Amino acid sequence: MSDEKNSCLKASGLTKVFGLGRMKCVAVDHVDFDLCETEIVSIVGESGSGKTTLAKLLLGLINPTEGEVYFQGKKRDISTQKKKKEYWKNIQAIFQDPYSSYNIFNKIDTVLLDCIYMRGGRNLPHAKKVELMAEACSFVNLKFEELTNKYPFELSGGQMQRLMIARIFLLKPKILLADEPTSMIDACSRATILDMLMQLRNEIGMTVIFITHDIGLAYYVSDTVYIMEHGKFVESGCADDVILHPKAAYTRRLINDVPKIHEEWDLSTV
Amino acid sequence: MSNVILEVKDLTTKYITRFHENIYAVDHVSLKVEEGKSLGIAGESGCGKSTLALSLMGYYFAPLHYTSGEIIIDGRKITGMDPDDIRKSILGTEISYIPQGAMNSLNPTQKVIHFIEDVIQAHDPYKTKKDIYEFAREGFETLGLPAEVLQKYPVELSGGMKQRTVIATSVILFPKVLIADEPSSALDVTSQKMVIKMLKNLMEDGFIKSLIFITHELPLLYNVTDDIMVMYAGQIVEKGTAKEAVLDPLHPYAKGLMGSIIVPESGLRDVKLSAIPGVPPNLKNPPFGCRFAERCKYVLPECTAISPGLREIDGDRAYRCILPEKELREAYTKEVFIREACQNVG
Repeated sequence: MSDEKNSCLKASGLTKVFGLGRMKCVAVDHVDFDLCETEIVSIVGESGSGKTTLAKLLLGLINPTEGEVYFQGKKRDISTQKKKKEYWKNIQAIFQDPYSSYNIFNKIDTVLLDCIYMRGGRNLPHAKKVELMAEACSFVNLKFEELTNKYPFELSGGQMQRLMIARIFLLKPKILLADEPTSMIDACSRATILDMLMQLRNEIGMTVIFITHDIGLAYYVSDTVYIMEHGKFVESGCADDVILHPKAAYTRRLINDVPKIHEEWDLSTV
Repeated sequence: MSNVILEVKDLTTKYITRFHENIYAVDHVSLKVEEGKSLGIAGESGCGKSTLALSLMGYYFAPLHYTSGEIIIDGRKITGMDPDDIRKSILGTEISYIPQGAMNSLNPTQKVIHFIEDVIQAHDPYKTKKDIYEFAREGFETLGLPAEVLQKYPVELSGGMKQRTVIATSVILFPKVLIADEPSSALDVTSQKMVIKMLKNLMEDGFIKSLIFITHELPLLYNVTDDIMVMYAGQIVEKGTAKEAVLDPLHPYAKGLMGSIIVPESGLRDVKLSAIPGVPPNLKNPPFGCRFAERCKYVLPECTAISPGLREIDGDRAYRCILPEKELREAYTKEVFIREACQNVG
């Protein structure tokens, strides 16, 4: 796949070690991957397998112990705050907990306006700004007229997460990193969020990294799936191959642990 | 005919806000759970699932208030009893509850055994600590939990272990009915499986006689419970066995819910998931007529005028819609037909 498409994000030998000596814990262990443009990639693993640490490494929130990240073919440089900010224009994230993702003192207008400012729209006329915000809200099936002068905590969890996607729509980063975006909201809004991630890819051409522990969700959204166990990738490949014909024992266990409808759920293998 | 352990007749409970508004979060709910059976309750967030669980215990504290209806546990009517009596003789021994955030319901400054001592001494104040320890150890070992857990502080346990400890504590006095309110929503798939296995074994080991399981994860409900009840805006909209409710739902809302199931099975990627548009109504002033009318695909002009009752069809099957079964099924077949035609064209 990487022959025809451009590499967007690449990691080689990425490692993160926490603690020293006896307390040493290798959270991410020499991880390599190559992410193409306009691709949805899922990283699946149990709690404690290092998914979120990997996400933080890619976002540049923590520094790797070893290894490098390459962004669009060039070595990523985030040594200064200014360069970091420049990098974050290209990579954005949605986190697990929508309730703690917002600044509680900011109204929804401010949240969205900040995104327009970040894209250099500070000098646009007011009407244009409103138009942009309304467009972003309608992308996620929210009504901007109902949201003005409201605070994020007045919305439900699903609506908050959708507003988070509206932010991403305004920011238009190259890469979106979604770290368990659906685990705090109920099953009915989940399909909507996942469809929106796919829409972002199809309409804007965003590259999406989707992190989850539920292999069913990964199967639904992604083109490529990486299975992570104890900081290492144990299996990777096209979603259909990995999930319908798993090779690694760990992948088989993950699939067995998910309750199913048309197949028997075997409870004896715990 | 096996005997009925829990029977609820027309239960209505409300929240009174500080502005004196009444919110009827559980609206005329009737249900029956037989010995050895489990009942699942499904629905969106805010549809009254958790309130129903709290109401079933018969122990109300502000802002939740009892309005009308009856709760009968094993032939004993508990509505109208003195709250102190309920706490001493019903909670823990007749009916027990695993709260939603069970992970956070253990006291971080106390060892697990102290927590269990509290529970047991509330019912039997003369039991010695040594007896309690032996009793708890035996219970924990039957449930497959190591006895060392008893001497540990909650911070020393993992999430799944904490959850299983809470479950073990809530069944230590052998309640007849156990209500599990989203016991696995904060866990990953492997710990979830362990918790579910434990819940399923509780009935076989004789700790409980029947189980009420609340969650929004339909595949989970399908695998765990015998019967499923779907709630919407405080009312029951669909009732039936697990198979009927998941594979062949009748109410348009239940149909929508089943359309949003995501499981790693072949063929999942070919179907487009159907999410239900809109938001549930505000229960402060629920809409007149059918509460689902605003979001329903098959809405008729009459829907906003008539409040549909629960329409019972053969057996324990029931649904709340003004359309008869045959017409609903026809509408569903037609929709599938149109969708397939669109797909072929596209």
